Amino acid sequence: MFSGFMINAWEAATIVAVVAGIVGFFTVLRGSAFAAHALPNGAFAGAAGASLLGVNVIVGLGVFALLGALTIAGLGRRARHDVATALAIVMMLGLGSLFLSMTTEYAPQIYSLLFGEVLGVSTGELLPTAVIGALCVAVIFVLYRPLMLSSVMPDAAEARGVKVKQMDLAFLIVIALATAAAVPVVGSLLIFSLLIGPPAAARSFTDKPLHAMGLSVAVALATVWTAIALSYLSNLPIGFFVGTISACSYAAGRGWMAWRRARTSSSGSAVVTNLVQT
Amino acid sequence: MAVSETPPILAVEAVSVWLSGREILHEVSFRIAAGEFTGLIGSNGAGKTTLLRVILGLQAPQAGQVLIDGRARSHRSPPIGYVPQKIVLDPDMPLRARDLVGLGLDGHRFGLPRRSSARRDLIDEMLAAVDATDFADARVGNLSGGEQQRVLIAHALISRPRLLLLDEPLANLDIRSEQEVVELVARIATEQQIAVLISAHDMNPLLPVMDHVVYVAAGRVASGSTGEVVNTEVLSRLYGHHVDVVHVNNRILVVAGHETAVHHDLPDSAAGST
Amino acid sequence: MTALSLLAPVFEPGFFSSPPVDIALIVGGVVAVVSGVVGTFTVMRGQSFAGHALADIGTTGGSGAFLVGASPLYGFVVMNVIAAGVMELIGIRRPRGRDLATGIVLGAALGLAALFLYLDTTTSSTTGATINVLFGSIFTLASSMVPVIAILGALAVGTVLLCFRPLVLSSLSPDLAATRGVPVRLVGMAYFTALSLAVSLSAVAIGAILSTALLIGPAATALRLTKRTGTAMVIAATLGVVATWTGVLLAYDSYYWQPSHHGWPVSFFVVALVFVFYVVVELSVGRRSNRRRSVAGAGTA
Repeated sequence: MFSGFMINAWEAATIVAVVAGIVGFFTVLRGSAFAAHALPNGAFAGAAGASLLGVNVIVGLGVFALLGALTIAGLGRRARHDVATALAIVMMLGLGSLFLSMTTEYAPQIYSLLFGEVLGVSTGELLPTAVIGALCVAVIFVLYRPLMLSSVMPDAAEARGVKVKQMDLAFLIVIALATAAAVPVVGSLLIFSLLIGPPAAARSFTDKPLHAMGLSVAVALATVWTAIALSYLSNLPIGFFVGTISACSYAAGRGWMAWRRARTSSSGSAVVTNLVQT
Repeated sequence: MAVSETPPILAVEAVSVWLSGREILHEVSFRIAAGEFTGLIGSNGAGKTTLLRVILGLQAPQAGQVLIDGRARSHRSPPIGYVPQKIVLDPDMPLRARDLVGLGLDGHRFGLPRRSSARRDLIDEMLAAVDATDFADARVGNLSGGEQQRVLIAHALISRPRLLLLDEPLANLDIRSEQEVVELVARIATEQQIAVLISAHDMNPLLPVMDHVVYVAAGRVASGSTGEVVNTEVLSRLYGHHVDVVHVNNRILVVAGHETAVHHDLPDSAAGST
Repeated sequence: MTALSLLAPVFEPGFFSSPPVDIALIVGGVVAVVSGVVGTFTVMRGQSFAGHALADIGTTGGSGAFLVGASPLYGFVVMNVIAAGVMELIGIRRPRGRDLATGIVLGAALGLAALFLYLDTTTSSTTGATINVLFGSIFTLASSMVPVIAILGALAVGTVLLCFRPLVLSSLSPDLAATRGVPVRLVGMAYFTALSLAVSLSAVAIGAILSTALLIGPAATALRLTKRTGTAMVIAATLGVVATWTGVLLAYDSYYWQPSHHGWPVSFFVVALVFVFYVVVELSVGRRSNRRRSVAGAGTA
């Protein structure tokens, strides 16, 4: 499992998980679930087009994902942008299916782009993936404080001089790039669950924001590593394991929260809120 | 009533704002001196929030200007402490009260938060000032409305502003919490020499501590002491039709009377500050 | 030169005599009408994301059905009805929490779909499961499916027309509807049944992950053109039928196009046409209302 061509898989998955854990923390905080679902589908079309043209798939992914981010940011000002986004998602999927229908590997390629492929990242693609991943993480760290402030209290942030609209756009671009890098491994339909499952689980176990981010990365890593191992051993698709494990960690997190709440309220303490997490 | 030589903390000069084709504010002018406790009173939709947004720089006026400490409002102006009316605080959000307060200190700067004992001490001090030490480590989303508000006040105070703006802080509170918040803000304002502008649709909870009233109606304001502004004559002129100001047991009620057209222009004595 | 010979280049040879095309046109027409009618309410209730999630969740059902040798349609219907019922029961709580939970369920369902499709391709001899389920099988439907589709379609449209007035009221304002004595819960469940059927039928025609296009595209376009629900339903159905039939035609023609003679997918054409209609109307209506606003000046909200 750890030899030769599988090393690529482990390295790519590790990069993807770290990025997803960090970017996912803010995705869940800001409730950007819809954008996180929409952007990878645009990336799908880009990958399909790149595959058709014989260009590096990561380039196609990145370009279309960025275009998607700018479009969503631009459409944000119009009313009914959920309809527009939904139509754009479907249009991108349709385009992707068109591009792939023109290649010779129609069904297998569609499958691996949508649901992920353990060997989805070739050695040549490993470096661009790492670079994009590092860029996303760096942007999040640099923007951490103003992004937190504008996510929680946008008016107060604006009053303090934070350009909230620029933060919104920057974050959309980060989601776009993060999902683009992750699509070859996890698949465009399932990268979404990697972006929201681990952070949603993590925040059930700690109250401190930075700890939640770290835990989110840990859960994402555990998810992806387990998914790869199981996929290698059983030959079943990696996307299946990612979707299932994400759902399980989310459920575990909610269960823990419910149990904690039941325990504190039954102890009779009037101040439910005095909980200190280590 | 002596004219002070230092510029007022806040000077709003002939501010007019148009939104969606309607004039929300018409040539609004008033001043707040250092340490003054001012109530911004008006019914819902009168334009209080718009006025606050103009002062904070969130809304550009079509005419007029806002001066902070004597200079035109810009990103270089000294910080104004802002307690917003309502923010969405999800109980699932991993953010403690002390984290929220910390964001008030350096949330606008880039990078990750710097851990230092000085920073932690300052946050603890602020939380103590608003009696929030007991739930400093609890999730903000799990706090009651009153508790959340105290944390938001600490968040606004930590940047050591000289002016504190509160947008309808009393709106959703029960009577006892109302009193607590007003007493808290008044105490802090006196201790730390901070001017306060607090918007409300009911001025009664503020009567004990208010130095100065800015009354908003129909896009115009009347500014002065409670006695100068809150009376039948001035308010009828402001509203443009007859209203009765009734005093009952130390409380003031403004009651709409029958329709009588009244001229809008206010005498100068009610339009200036104390 | 007769008019017919002028039209000849548009309709490639054999179009009107091909049985799969006939089936495609009938099924496409039914699906478009159902989607347009039901989708009008989906857009009015602001549930585009929920409709999209529902369609994706249906993928699991369709791929599961393939596995047991049944037609994907039945898989879609069963899965969609269950999922729609659950969504309606959970109701509207905090919007953010609801989106998150929907997303998690979506991820699990799609993961399961990945599994089923994989098993489909390895265990059975049919290789077309992935394309079929995800992108539709309108040209490869058995003629025995046509009556089933027609009946389910009639059921969906009938449900909507039966509950028309209560549905309109509870979509515009649930509280107002409740005070007027409308059984909001019941109407909601009826609507969700119709929605599940519409999404399933659409999934058969153009694929599970693309079915949202027929559901919300024509409806959103229609609602930009009129505020009256009845009129919107008619416009939406008409736009849907135009898009679907033109899509079938173009897909048929594309087999004859240079250079690959491969044929473009039907679902692509339908989605593209729906998208184009929406954008054209959105832009022209938007421009008209902007001009009106700047001319009017003060007084208009």
